[in-house]
Amino acid sequence: MQIQQALPELLIKIADDELIIGHRNSEWTGLGPVMEEDIAFSSMAQDKIGHAWAIYRILQEHFEGQDPDQFAFMRDAAAYKCCHLVEMPIGAYEFSLMRHFLFDHAETARYQSFSQSSFTPLQQLAGKIKGELKYHTLHADAWILQLCKAGEESRQRMQGALDDCFQLAGGIFEPGKEEALLISENIYPGEQALYQQWLSTISPVIEKAGLIMPQMTAPVYGGRQGQHTQYLQQLLNEMGEVFRLDPEATW
Amino acid sequence: MNESLDPRVNRLRLNNSDGSFSVEEGENWNVFEVFHQEKRGAHHEHVGCVHAPDANLALIFAKEQFGRRKKCVNLWVVRSADILAFDLEDEDMFANNPDKTYRDASGFKVMDKINKFKAQSK
Repeated sequence: MQIQQALPELLIKIADDELIIGHRNSEWTGLGPVMEEDIAFSSMAQDKIGHAWAIYRILQEHFEGQDPDQFAFMRDAAAYKCCHLVEMPIGAYEFSLMRHFLFDHAETARYQSFSQSSFTPLQQLAGKIKGELKYHTLHADAWILQLCKAGEESRQRMQGALDDCFQLAGGIFEPGKEEALLISENIYPGEQALYQQWLSTISPVIEKAGLIMPQMTAPVYGGRQGQHTQYLQQLLNEMGEVFRLDPEATW
Repeated sequence: MNESLDPRVNRLRLNNSDGSFSVEEGENWNVFEVFHQEKRGAHHEHVGCVHAPDANLALIFAKEQFGRRKKCVNLWVVRSADILAFDLEDEDMFANNPDKTYRDASGFKVMDKINKFKAQSK
């Protein structure tokens, strides 16, 4: 595989994760548990979609990719490379918060590694969104710790959410056939290295919260190869509904 | 006795009614006042308040409520209950201020000296 094919593989899966979780988290807008949290969660969802857009732009500029809007809204489900974790419906708030916690620490590990990437556009993007990611993980950590000390029912629900999310979160780090080349070209350190980095940042928070860390026995793979849950198609139908009314329209 | 933690409630003297009412620690979220700093070295200015279970989350909420638009370099949060304020009826303590112009710094003529100093130091 050539670097001209390997890099887009990496970029598309990162951006698709961010687009889909951004859309999912935006489904809480207006329904958040309190107004302050509603605003914070919605605002972070917008950030995620912004990150996706920035990477679709890199694809367009450096790899002759499509217009970001067309690419975001007009593909078939099988052309998306997002992991199953981000496709899942929002569930109860503890599920969405736990997903946010697990995903955002993974995203942070990824962008931290990009800050040393040999691919300059990715390195620049990592610098630009560093502060946003810092806030996202700060928010996630604070909620995890808060809800885990809010009584036994609350702690149990957080443990249940962690157990529900954990194998799905393993799917963020699904190995790809483009990895070896990307590692040797110093684009990024590869999924296994990011997985280890992720574990080392979430473990202290999980321990401090008094939760039991599950074993990663069966990470849910398939998303990176275009195999998705039934929920992705439903999400895509809704997300692109207005756009597809007139794909050529100027907004 | 009204044990609300919000000083605005106490100031309104809602606790003069007979019924007893208390707030257990942790039962309700607290109100935190938010102070916004636009640039380093500038004063923190009061911009509003947020509800939160503790100071950590108050600061996290304040960031999106009051720090996501325009310039901001830092925020403070202070539990509203920790703020001591005068009663509205005590406003008369300040009533004669407008008469005491001799306390205004505007009476000092110093610009000539400042301009002279600036000219010298060039």
